[in-house]
Amino acid sequence: MGEQRRIGSSLRFASRPAIVATGTVVGPMEAKGPLTQWFDTVVDDAMYGERTPEKAERRFMQDAIDIALGNASLQPENVHLMVGGDLLNQIVTSAFTAAKYPAPFLGLYGACSTCTEGLIVAAAMVDAGYADIAVSVTSSHYQSAERQFRYPIELNIQRKATSQYTVTGAGAMVVARGAGKVAVTEATIGRVLDLGIKDPNQMGPAMAPAAADTLFRHFADLGRTPEYYDLILTGDLGSVGSSILHELMRKRGVPLGDAHRDSGAWIFQGVPGTGVGGSGCACAAVTLGGYVFKQMMANELSRALVVATGALLSSLTWQQGESVPAVAHAVALEVQPQAAATS
Amino acid sequence: MTHPGKKKQHADEQAQYQRLVAVHVPKPPLVRNLVAAFVVGGLISVLGQAVLNAFMSTGMALDEASAPTLATMILISAVLTGLSIYHHVGEFAGAGAAVPITGFANTIVAAAMDFKREGFVLGMGAKMFIIAGPVIVYGIVAGVLVSAIRWWTGM
Repeated sequence: MGEQRRIGSSLRFASRPAIVATGTVVGPMEAKGPLTQWFDTVVDDAMYGERTPEKAERRFMQDAIDIALGNASLQPENVHLMVGGDLLNQIVTSAFTAAKYPAPFLGLYGACSTCTEGLIVAAAMVDAGYADIAVSVTSSHYQSAERQFRYPIELNIQRKATSQYTVTGAGAMVVARGAGKVAVTEATIGRVLDLGIKDPNQMGPAMAPAAADTLFRHFADLGRTPEYYDLILTGDLGSVGSSILHELMRKRGVPLGDAHRDSGAWIFQGVPGTGVGGSGCACAAVTLGGYVFKQMMANELSRALVVATGALLSSLTWQQGESVPAVAHAVALEVQPQAAATS
Repeated sequence: MTHPGKKKQHADEQAQYQRLVAVHVPKPPLVRNLVAAFVVGGLISVLGQAVLNAFMSTGMALDEASAPTLATMILISAVLTGLSIYHHVGEFAGAGAAVPITGFANTIVAAAMDFKREGFVLGMGAKMFIIAGPVIVYGIVAGVLVSAIRWWTGM
C-alpha cells in the first residue's frame, strides 16, 4: 500500500479501477443534437409507451443498465454493487429500477452531479476491494422533472433567457477491478457552495462557482494545469454558466482554455426551444458514457476530466425564497497505455 | 459559531458574484416579447369579438351573447391545450397568450392533464386549480376591495 490515496482534498485510486463498458439511452430531443451518434439507443417516444413520465424514466434507466451490462458481457448476478440516483423526490426512479436487479444498492442524490458522484463511489468501492464489479447509473426525464420542479407540461409559459431543458435519458457505467482501458485515476469531491442565486431559472450561474472551486482544488492538489487534459467536460452549466466558469477560472489564474466543453451547452447545440442548454442527471451521464468513453476507447482522447455539477434545490426551498446551493464532483479518466496496446 | 465578520465577508462575496452574473446573463428580448404579446393577445381578442358578433347576429343582446362567447373561447383553448398546441402559443407570445381567458382555461386544463396520473380525486380533482387558484383567490379579493371603495365613495 505504498501509493498515497489522499492528495490534499483529492483522491487517487491506486489500483486504477476502470470503466469497462457504458450504456446510454436518450429521447427524441437529444437525438437532434450533435452528440446523437455517440448514444447506444435513441427512443423515439419520450414516454416509452408508458402511462406516466415517471415510469418512462425507469424504462430509460433499466435500458441503460442492461445495455452497459451487455456491452461488458456481464449478467446482473455478476454485479457486486449498484449505485445510482435521479432527480425525482426520494430518488424513486433509482429505487424502483434497483428493485429489478439482485445487486446491493446505494442510492445517491447530488442533483445533476450524481453522475460523477456515483462514479466516485463505484470507483472507490472497487479500488478498496469491496466490489470487483460495480455499476453506476443516473437518469432524468424532461416531463417528470418539469412536473416536479416547475409547471404542468401543457401550461402556456415563456421560458426565461437562462432556462435549461432537462435531458431525457439515462447513462450507466460498469466499473471493474483490473486492467481496463479507461481507468478512473483521481477524483475531487465537491464542496457545497451557495453564492446567493435565488432564481431557479439560473442554475448555470448557481453551479458555476462550485465547478470552479472543484476544478481549482483538483489542479492545485495534483499539481496539474488544464492543459494536462485533452477534454475537460463540465456537467450542465449551459452556455451562460460556462462563460461564468471561464471568467471565474481566469480570475483565479487558471484559465480553462480550449479543452473545455459543457455537456449541457453541447448536447442541445442548435436544437431550438432548449434555452441555454441541457440539464439533469442524464446530461453529463450520457455525454460521459457516450462521447467521452467511446472516444477514449478509440484512442481519440487519452485524458479527460469530467466535472458534473448539481443544483441542490427543491421546489419547496425556492418557493420559500431560499437560494440555490450547488456542488460539483470531478473525476479524472485516463487511457491505460498497456491496455491500449493489447486491445 | 458563525463569526460576524465572516458573515459580512460572505455577504460581500455573494453581492460581488451576483454583479458578475448580471454581466453574463442575457437580457430578455423585451421588444420582441412585447410585440409578440401585443399581436397574439390582439388576435385572440379579435377572435373573441368575431365569436361575439356571430352570437349577436342570431338576435342575442350583448348581455346574452357574452356568456356563450366566453364558453366558446374556453372550449377552443381547452381543445388546443389537449392537442398540445396552446403551450406553443404561450412559449411564443408570453402574456399575450396567458392574460386572455384562453390562458386561464389553459392553466386549468394543463394542470388537469398533468395530475390525472395521480388519480381523478387526489390528482386531477385536488390539483386542477394549482395554477388558476391564485388568480381566482386574488381576483375575488380585488373585486371585493374595488367594490368596497366604490360603495364608500358613493360612485
